[in-house]
Amino acid sequence: MDERNESTTGSRAPVIEPGHTFATVTDKISSIVLTRPTSSGWFVGFGIAFLLTMMMLYAIGFLFVRGIGIWGVTIPIGWGFAIVNFVWWIGIGHAGTLISAILLLLRQSWRNSINRFAEAMTLFAVSAAGIFPLIHVGRPWLAYWLFPYPNSMGVWPQFRSPLIWDVFAVSTYATISLLFWFVGLIPDLATLRDRSTNRAAKIIYGMLAMGWRGSARHWDRYETMYLLLAGLATPLVLSVHTVVSFDFAVGIVPGWHTTIFPPYFVAGAIYSGFAMVLMLAIPIRKIYGLEDFITERHLQNSAKVMLATGLIVAYGYVIEAFMGWYSGNRYDAFTMWNRLHGPYKWDYVALLLCNIVIPQVLWIKKLRSNPLALFLISGVVLVGMWLERFIIVVVSLHRDFLTSSWGMYYPTRWDWMTFIGTIGMFLAAMFLFVRVLPMISIFEMRTLLPEAEVKE
Amino acid sequence: MKRTPVYGMMAEFDSPTTLVAAAHRTQEAGYQKMDAYSPFPIEGLAEAVGFHKNRVPLVTLIGGLIGGLSGYLLQYWISTSSYPVNVGGKPYHSWPAFIIVTFEMTILFGGISAVLGMLALNGLPMPYHPVFNVPRFAFATKDRFFLIVFASDPKYIPAETRRFLESLGGRAISEVPD
Amino acid sequence: MFNLSSVSIHMKMEEQDDKGHREAVCPGKKGALDLDAARARLAETKGPEFWRSLEELAGSPEWQEMMHREFPKGASEWLDSVSRRGFLKLMGASLAMAGMTACTKQPLEPIVPYVRQPEELVPGRPMFYATAFTLGGYASPLLVESHMYRPTKVEGNDKHPASLGGTDIFAQASILEMYDPDRSQTIASLGEVRTWGNFVEALRGPLSAQKAVQGAGIRILTRTISSPTLADQMRGLLKVYPQAKWHVYEPVNRDSVLEGAKLAFGQPVETQYKLENADVIVSLDADFLSAGFPGNVRYIRDFAKRRDPDSGKMSRVYVVESTTSATGAKADHRLPMRAGEIDQVAGLLNRFVEQGHPSDVFSSQGEKFAAAVANDLSAHRGSSVVIAGDHQPPGVHATVHAINQALGNVGKTVFYTDPVDANPINQTESIKDLVADMRAGKVDMLVIMDGNPAYDAPADLGFADALKNTNIPLRVHLGLYQDETAELCQWHINEAHYLEAWGDARACDGTVSIVQPLIAPLYSGKSAHELVATLAGQPDPSSHEVVQNYWKKQHSGADFDMFWRKSLNDGWIEGTTFAPKQVSLKTASFPAPAVPPPGSIEINFRRDPSIYDGRFSNNGWLQELPKPMSKMTWDNPVLIGPAMAERLGLKSEDMIEIELNGKKVTAPVWVQAGHPDNSITVFLGYGRRRAGRVGTGAGFDFYPLRDSADPWFIAGVTLSKTGETYKLATTQGYQTMDTPVGTRPLVRTASLDGYHKEPAFAREDEPPKDLTLYQPYPYEKEPYAWGMAIDLNACVGCNNCIVACQSENNIAVVGKEQCVIGRHMHWIRVDAYYQGDRDNPKAYFQPVPCMQCENAPCEVVCPVGATVHSSEGLNDMVYNRCVGTRYCSNNCPYKVRRFNFLLFQDWETPQLKMMRNPDVTVRSRGVMEKCTYCVQRISEHRIDSEREDRKIADGELQTACQQSCPANAIVFGNINDPESRVSKLKRNPRNYSLLADLNTRPRTTYLAEIRNPSEELES
Repeated sequence: MDERNESTTGSRAPVIEPGHTFATVTDKISSIVLTRPTSSGWFVGFGIAFLLTMMMLYAIGFLFVRGIGIWGVTIPIGWGFAIVNFVWWIGIGHAGTLISAILLLLRQSWRNSINRFAEAMTLFAVSAAGIFPLIHVGRPWLAYWLFPYPNSMGVWPQFRSPLIWDVFAVSTYATISLLFWFVGLIPDLATLRDRSTNRAAKIIYGMLAMGWRGSARHWDRYETMYLLLAGLATPLVLSVHTVVSFDFAVGIVPGWHTTIFPPYFVAGAIYSGFAMVLMLAIPIRKIYGLEDFITERHLQNSAKVMLATGLIVAYGYVIEAFMGWYSGNRYDAFTMWNRLHGPYKWDYVALLLCNIVIPQVLWIKKLRSNPLALFLISGVVLVGMWLERFIIVVVSLHRDFLTSSWGMYYPTRWDWMTFIGTIGMFLAAMFLFVRVLPMISIFEMRTLLPEAEVKE
Repeated sequence: MKRTPVYGMMAEFDSPTTLVAAAHRTQEAGYQKMDAYSPFPIEGLAEAVGFHKNRVPLVTLIGGLIGGLSGYLLQYWISTSSYPVNVGGKPYHSWPAFIIVTFEMTILFGGISAVLGMLALNGLPMPYHPVFNVPRFAFATKDRFFLIVFASDPKYIPAETRRFLESLGGRAISEVPD
Repeated sequence: MFNLSSVSIHMKMEEQDDKGHREAVCPGKKGALDLDAARARLAETKGPEFWRSLEELAGSPEWQEMMHREFPKGASEWLDSVSRRGFLKLMGASLAMAGMTACTKQPLEPIVPYVRQPEELVPGRPMFYATAFTLGGYASPLLVESHMYRPTKVEGNDKHPASLGGTDIFAQASILEMYDPDRSQTIASLGEVRTWGNFVEALRGPLSAQKAVQGAGIRILTRTISSPTLADQMRGLLKVYPQAKWHVYEPVNRDSVLEGAKLAFGQPVETQYKLENADVIVSLDADFLSAGFPGNVRYIRDFAKRRDPDSGKMSRVYVVESTTSATGAKADHRLPMRAGEIDQVAGLLNRFVEQGHPSDVFSSQGEKFAAAVANDLSAHRGSSVVIAGDHQPPGVHATVHAINQALGNVGKTVFYTDPVDANPINQTESIKDLVADMRAGKVDMLVIMDGNPAYDAPADLGFADALKNTNIPLRVHLGLYQDETAELCQWHINEAHYLEAWGDARACDGTVSIVQPLIAPLYSGKSAHELVATLAGQPDPSSHEVVQNYWKKQHSGADFDMFWRKSLNDGWIEGTTFAPKQVSLKTASFPAPAVPPPGSIEINFRRDPSIYDGRFSNNGWLQELPKPMSKMTWDNPVLIGPAMAERLGLKSEDMIEIELNGKKVTAPVWVQAGHPDNSITVFLGYGRRRAGRVGTGAGFDFYPLRDSADPWFIAGVTLSKTGETYKLATTQGYQTMDTPVGTRPLVRTASLDGYHKEPAFAREDEPPKDLTLYQPYPYEKEPYAWGMAIDLNACVGCNNCIVACQSENNIAVVGKEQCVIGRHMHWIRVDAYYQGDRDNPKAYFQPVPCMQCENAPCEVVCPVGATVHSSEGLNDMVYNRCVGTRYCSNNCPYKVRRFNFLLFQDWETPQLKMMRNPDVTVRSRGVMEKCTYCVQRISEHRIDSEREDRKIADGELQTACQQSCPANAIVFGNINDPESRVSKLKRNPRNYSLLADLNTRPRTTYLAEIRNPSEELES
């Protein structure tokens, strides 16, 4: 627990500004939920997000009525926006668990002030992602056939298909993330239960807190469980995007069939995940005055993680290009050529700019510690990561083996409405979250305070 | 003489340090049945109140094993005996393809049993508990630290226990009705 | 349905007059929605005819417009094709009211099943009847499959010399024409529904009036007629009315062939070729391998036979052509050249064949070519053939006759017979006279039988105008559709389709086939026989009697019943084949015609490869059939050579304005590799105004540029770019195997010599069978392992397999908008690749069905096991299990999988329900589909063989594509049987699998293409 000493003797920027006590920490965070009046800004923001969600539902409704032909997908580009968005969202959903689990195991206690809403973000991102596999199939009402359940037809799923692996990986990931997030909330729910003056709130938080009373025995089992969960979630979070990358790597399509995918998909996922965390953290700490808890230090560290993962992703691109040439395979070679010179070359150029070139400015400390700059760069990275998936899915498919079957992909308005709609849904969920739940783990913040230390 | 049933005697402390120290002293004083409450996990407190065997890891291990095993066997049974079909010339028992689902099932079951195990062993959910009757106990989730000696403790004698807790520097000592 | 009823309720309300409304609106374009017309038309018809007129309405533009309006706002702009399909549904609803489904009953007259005994119907067992399909007067002998008295599939008559089992696309697609819900369904007078009785009534007065003047005012316009019965009827009619005139016109006529023959021999003759005897074939702009060329089916068969490099005597083919064609694609040497210059080549050829070429200095490429060809020809006297294209002027035909005579080919490879055309007159002259008479007011009664001159007559004659403005008292139109001509006639008689009525016709070799109906007329239509008989005053005739009586006259003798039965059974009449005819050349020297100035741009008018002269433009299968060379669907852009396009700064899909002496047409451009310079080709038959919901508005009408003087080509057009562009729907965006990083070995080729030197050149080293972690599935233990071999050398890209497959497997038509995005549904496609010099490239065809890979990449990735392998090696699709992830299609390297992105199938229209093959699932929305090797046929034969306790014999079981293939390019069978044809082919050194290096182990393999170039021209 060196962090505490640092926080007092500020060699590095502290993870929590000095002068806080258990009480102030508790009050500051819980008051956002309990006493702070809901601002009109919140209503406006939530309203917009909500309308976008409705737009998504409309688009999906029409999809069910007419069929996925309303999208731009065709032969040979059988997968379009739906899968691109799915992979993008899943990737974003990696930050939460990574922060909560891996950084916990690594004893990176600075994570304590960002893991809570990072986890929430993960949940919402995963649910946004989860929509697409369900609606992108030709007969969505039969999507449940992907689950192995005993049925009168006497048939079962085909376990050699990466899509089945997806089903298990994503559903497991969603479940574990939810558990992780919820058990993390229990002690804070107890706090809210005890702090709230409003009877209804008392009852609801009380229900959710399940009678938590902070007994030493409970804390002991609790911490063990939390560590175990972290231990399980760590390989899980790495496996999820690995499995997602198998959707492509297992296929024989040039541009898909490559062994570099698992590592660089995972790296890319963390890359975009941290970008999203920053995009959320920066405005939130400003609006809710949480600079004391989400300090420059957090921004710095997140930026460093982005820088690192971004370089891994860059390495992935380099290897792809290299193998395209080195393999001597005429199809792979062409796929590389096509990315650089084909009809989608500008997307590829934009991808390289967003994911590799621009983020390099994060080497500059000044920018790393400038919230606005970080915010913008994170946005650029998110765009870049979306483009990466677009390149992988669409540009690989549109020109494969037989020149006679080459085609082009043009997204329709329905593709866009669905995509933007999911962003709205994600934001709407975030708005609700910050309003009704402590967006920073109160009890973990307490442990960061100097007086939390047991002096012998 | 007639007495209302008592759950225990509770004392309040204002720092983790004092709480842990108090817990130790209480044990040394020969008390066995006690517990402590804090707004955040405190290293060594569990030992101090005499809690040693934590079964959560075992539960998790068992859950994980069950998950993995069932995952693999399900696939094996489906692809080789229940619904064997020639898929792209692959053998019915394509074990490399079955590993991922097995892995995910291990994690899923392990994780769920860890959480449920923790709750079960902690006896949660438990909406009512005698300690909630203590008005100041609400601060146990904010910034106060509590030590309780249960009435079931053989050495429990209200007057003496109260005096003992006072000697530890505990404040607002109150008898917790059951 | 809801829309329909609501509309019809409105419509009953008020009454109004609707004269002239039908021209007003044109669907697709923004036209005034005219409810009044609809209301009025409904109000006028009453009682039992109510639904009929509803249908008629349904066919009419206002209705389409109305239906459009009934859609949620903007539906059409969301996805036109979707709303079009939605519209089809509403159509279906209206037809359901018609109780159409009640119309499947066998005709009353006895018709004779082809082979199956016993004759009585076994449910689920199809029966086959011999009949014939007629195009341009030439009959294609057919066997038609009938399920429960519903014709469902057209096959070639394998016993008939003109077919040998093959068909052409038009015959294959005619089944859809018969069930087309847009076909005219009533007799109509001025747009009002009438009965046959009304019509006969209306005829009585005028006819008796004509009697007095010996029918001086009667004009009958027919298409080319080869039917002996109908010809006999016409002559009979002309006896009754001596002054009456019989005119013949088809836009795609053979006038110049006729005139050429007259020029050469002084009499009209039919020229037939025996290509299996030809070592050297020279085509002067003759596309003799394409559907529509008389006898093409047989020619393709013979041609393919002689292209087999393993036979030891592979033929050599030279083609001089004015546009790109399948024939040119198969040529060993091809010379693209403006149509107007081919005459000179013919002349040179003629001279060189006689005198040889003086020196080895050549003034032109054409001369060099001619000299080389002449040498080759002289080296193969008696075993060579020169063929001239129908659209080449008479001079060329005469010259070619002379050359064939000089080479002594006559009687060996070239035969002359009487013309198949029963009335061989110059059709252009004929319609000229007719229009003249019309304008001169000499015509009191014009009967147009089965033609659409208002749309396709030469522009300079202004036929439509004459028909509209010279008030001919009685104008009668007999036709399958209420088309542009019907619109201008007081009387329209809905014609019975050839599958609905009796008739007869001559095949290209003169053999007469009896046309048997397979179903009673769906809309109680009338045949030409019945109409003519009625004109001749015969009371209420039946085509059956008419035809039978005629043949009774021909076949004197007691055994007529036997004779009739046999003729019906076999599909042709014994002894009607024309005997070869001895004709002598009148002169060997012909006047060389004027040569067009080199600079001027020539325009070529050609019949459309898919919809012929426009008569098939409402046939969805044909509209969506990719044209052999450009793979274009639903449109007829202007074909223009790459060099010229560059010069004029034109790109494909640019709109241009074509001006030809004052007349203008605007149309998009398609840059066609190999198209001759300074020349453009336009296909006729598009831009129909009243074709039906499929054909109306599709493409561009070039008839307005076509004059009677130069019906086929003329120099002197000017092109100007308009600046707009137009989206074209081609099913193959890239027609080259070359990529910036190397050429892909998709079609593998070699010269004959190269092949002899290195026979196994095509065998790319396939991964060895044991190169796998897994135990391979023991297919060799199964009784059957199905496989297919496709001989690229034989394939002439005629597209038959596509239509046959579409018909056999109930494949949906998706419409242009969907084709543009690439969602066509064909289970088998024919890829066309160009290689080399873009101005005269080598072209190759490659039919691609599902490869049925043993290591199928599609199967491994399907999460629900909807595509799995059968023990016999089929890559089965389980439609019911498919959830539609499309992963399989992504992972299919051959991209043969097709997906129902929307509800492409029409589930409502009753006619289409009747047409479907009951043995094949009709796929629904959201389901993947693909070639199944016609698994329904496999099962049928397996059941039969098991019942008879034997194995399926080789060749007994044919897939639809194989069966329809005139070239025998597709061979399917059991590869576990080493003696099967397919096994033998797979042992052939030319055999290779596509993308073998992926180790998918396809069951469908290809035989590499071998060309046989001449050293002389190679050097």
